Amino acid sequence: MNAATAPGARAPGQRFTPARAAAVIALLVLALAVAMIVSLTLGSTEVGVRDLFAASGPTATSRTILLQVRLPRILLAAAVGGCLSAAGVAFQAILRNPLADPYILGVSGGAGLGAILASALSPATGLYVLVLRPVLSFTGSLAAVMALLGMARRRSRLLPETMILMGVVMNATIMAAIMFIITMADFSRYAGTMYWLLGNLSSPSTGELFFIFGVLVPGVAALAWMGQGLNVIAAGEETAGLLGVSVPRLRLGALIAGSIITAAAVSLAGLVGFVGLMVPHLGRVLLGPDNRLLVPASALLGALVLVLADTAARSLFAPTQIPVGVITALFGGPCFLWLFARQGTRGGAS
Amino acid sequence: MRAAALHAALEMTGVSFSFREVAVFTALGLRIASGEMVALIGPNGSGKTTLLRLLSGALAPDAGEVVVCGRPASAWTTRERARMVAVVAQEGMAAFDFTVMETVLMGRTPYLGLLGIEGPEDVRIAEESLRRTGMLGFAGRLLSHLSGGERQLVFVARALAQRAQIMLLDEPTSWLDIRHRQEIYALLSRLNKEEGLTILTTSHDINLAAQWCPRMILIDQGRIRADGAPENVLQPAVLSEVYQTPLRVVADPETGIPWAFPSGPGARASDPQR
Repeated sequence: MNAATAPGARAPGQRFTPARAAAVIALLVLALAVAMIVSLTLGSTEVGVRDLFAASGPTATSRTILLQVRLPRILLAAAVGGCLSAAGVAFQAILRNPLADPYILGVSGGAGLGAILASALSPATGLYVLVLRPVLSFTGSLAAVMALLGMARRRSRLLPETMILMGVVMNATIMAAIMFIITMADFSRYAGTMYWLLGNLSSPSTGELFFIFGVLVPGVAALAWMGQGLNVIAAGEETAGLLGVSVPRLRLGALIAGSIITAAAVSLAGLVGFVGLMVPHLGRVLLGPDNRLLVPASALLGALVLVLADTAARSLFAPTQIPVGVITALFGGPCFLWLFARQGTRGGAS
Repeated sequence: MRAAALHAALEMTGVSFSFREVAVFTALGLRIASGEMVALIGPNGSGKTTLLRLLSGALAPDAGEVVVCGRPASAWTTRERARMVAVVAQEGMAAFDFTVMETVLMGRTPYLGLLGIEGPEDVRIAEESLRRTGMLGFAGRLLSHLSGGERQLVFVARALAQRAQIMLLDEPTSWLDIRHRQEIYALLSRLNKEEGLTILTTSHDINLAAQWCPRMILIDQGRIRADGAPENVLQPAVLSEVYQTPLRVVADPETGIPWAFPSGPGARASDPQR
C-alpha cells in the first residue's frame, strides 16, 4: 500500500523545498493581487478600476476615491492581516500551542494600551506621535508577552486552558486600564476609541503605510528565517536544545519579532481579533506545519483574508461601514471554539 | 583495542546535582570510553534519567565537571554538542503534526547553513537513517498516526541523522513488544560494532541490557553500586537489595548470559493444586 495516499500521511512532495515555497508564495501573491483589484472596485461609490483606464481619462473624483481612499486602506488591510497572522504563527510555535493568537493572549491588548497611552500623553499628531505611538505599543505588547512567558515558564508545558485563562484575565485588566485612561484624558474621544478597540481600518497616510510595511517585511523575513528552529521547538525545548537549537535566543528573537509586528498592526488598526488564530490554522491544513513556509504563507494568506474582510465591512451594508474587527470576530470566535473543542479530543496535535 | 578507545567519550568527575533541594548525586564519577556500549540500570527514581541529562548537557551540574570528547560540556556550543551527542529521550507528542521525514530531517539541524534549509545530502542522510531503522516506508506518514513503537524508531532515526559519535537513550524500549525490543538493541549493537558509536542507554529490562551490552552500570539513590560486565553486575544479593525485591540470577545454558528474575512462587503460593 502506498503510504503517501493513506490517511494520516502527506505526499512526500509536500516537504519544504525552496522551489515549492517559491511556487506557493507566487500563487498567494497572485491571489492577493486579484483580491486587491476586486476590492478596489467595490465600495459605497460606483467606481471601478476600469475608470482609471477610461478613454477620456479618469475623473478627478474617481481618481481620488480609488487611489487616495480605497487603495491605501486596502494596503493597510493587507499589512495588518500579514502582521497579525505571522505573529500568530510565531506565538503558536514558541508556546507550542495552536490556539495562541496575539488577540487572545492579550498581546494586542498590551499594544493597544501603549497606543492609547501615547494618544493621551500627546494628543497632537505629527512626528512626535508617529514615534511615541509605535514605541509605546511595542513596549505594551512585549510586556504582555514577557508576562505570559514568565508565567508559562513556571510550568513544563502551558496547557491550552491555562494559556487562554491567562489571556482572558490579561485582556480584562488591560481593558480596564484603557478605559481608565480614556475617561481621565478626554471623554469626547470615547466613540472613536470604541471603534478602534473593536479593530477598525480607515485610510492611512503614506507615512503610516511606509511604517507598517517597513516593520512587516523584515519581521516576516526574520521569523521565516527562524523557521527550522521554530519547527524543532515543537518537540519541546529540551529536545530542541539537544538538536542544536539555541532555545533562549530563538525564543527571545521570535517573541520580539512577533511583538513588534503585532504592535505595528495594533497602532494603526486597533484590536483586530482572531486573524492570527484562523489564518495559521488554515495555512497548516493547506500547506503543513513547516514554519519556513508557514510564516510567509500565513502573512500572505492573512493579507488576503483581511482585504476580503474589510471589503465586506465597507461594502456589504454601504453606506454604513462595519469595523473590520466585528467581521473577524464573528467568524473567528466560532472558529476558535471549534478548534478548542477539537483539540481537547486530540491531545494537542493540530 | 582501537586507539580511539583510549580516550573517554564521556567523563564525569565529582559531579553533584540537586533537584528541588534534594541531592540526587554527590561527587559522582563515571567514565565511558569511546566505542563502548553501556547500559544504565537501577530502580525508579535512582537517577538514571538525570544522569543521562547531565551527560547530554540538558542539565548543568551544581558542582564537578562533565567532559564530552575531552572538553568540558559547557565549553561546546549547543550546535557543536548536537553534532557529537544524539539523544533519544522519552518524548511526548509534538505540538504540531510533522511527518516522519520532516521529523528525521530535524536531526540535521546542527548542520544547516545560514538559511536553515536542508540540501540533498541532508535528505540522503535522513533517508539512510530511516532505512537503517526500517522506517523508510513511513516517510510521508504523520507522527500522530504511528504506534508508540514506530514513533520510537523515528526518534532513533532522527538521532542517527545527527551523525553523532555518542548516542544516549532513555528507556528506548519502554513502549515496545519483545520483538521490537530485540530489534532496537540489535540495531544499537550493530551501530556500536560497525560504526564505533559510543552508546549509553538506560533500561528497566535488566535481561535485555545484559543480553546486548558488554558493560552495565547499576545505580541506586544516586550512587554507583556495580559497574562492569553483566556477569559481575547481576549479583543476586546486590540486585535484590537495590530493587528491594528478592531476585535470582541464572546463566542461560546456551549462551551463558546471566538472567535475573524474581524468586518466589507468585500466584502458585496460594494454589497448592498446581
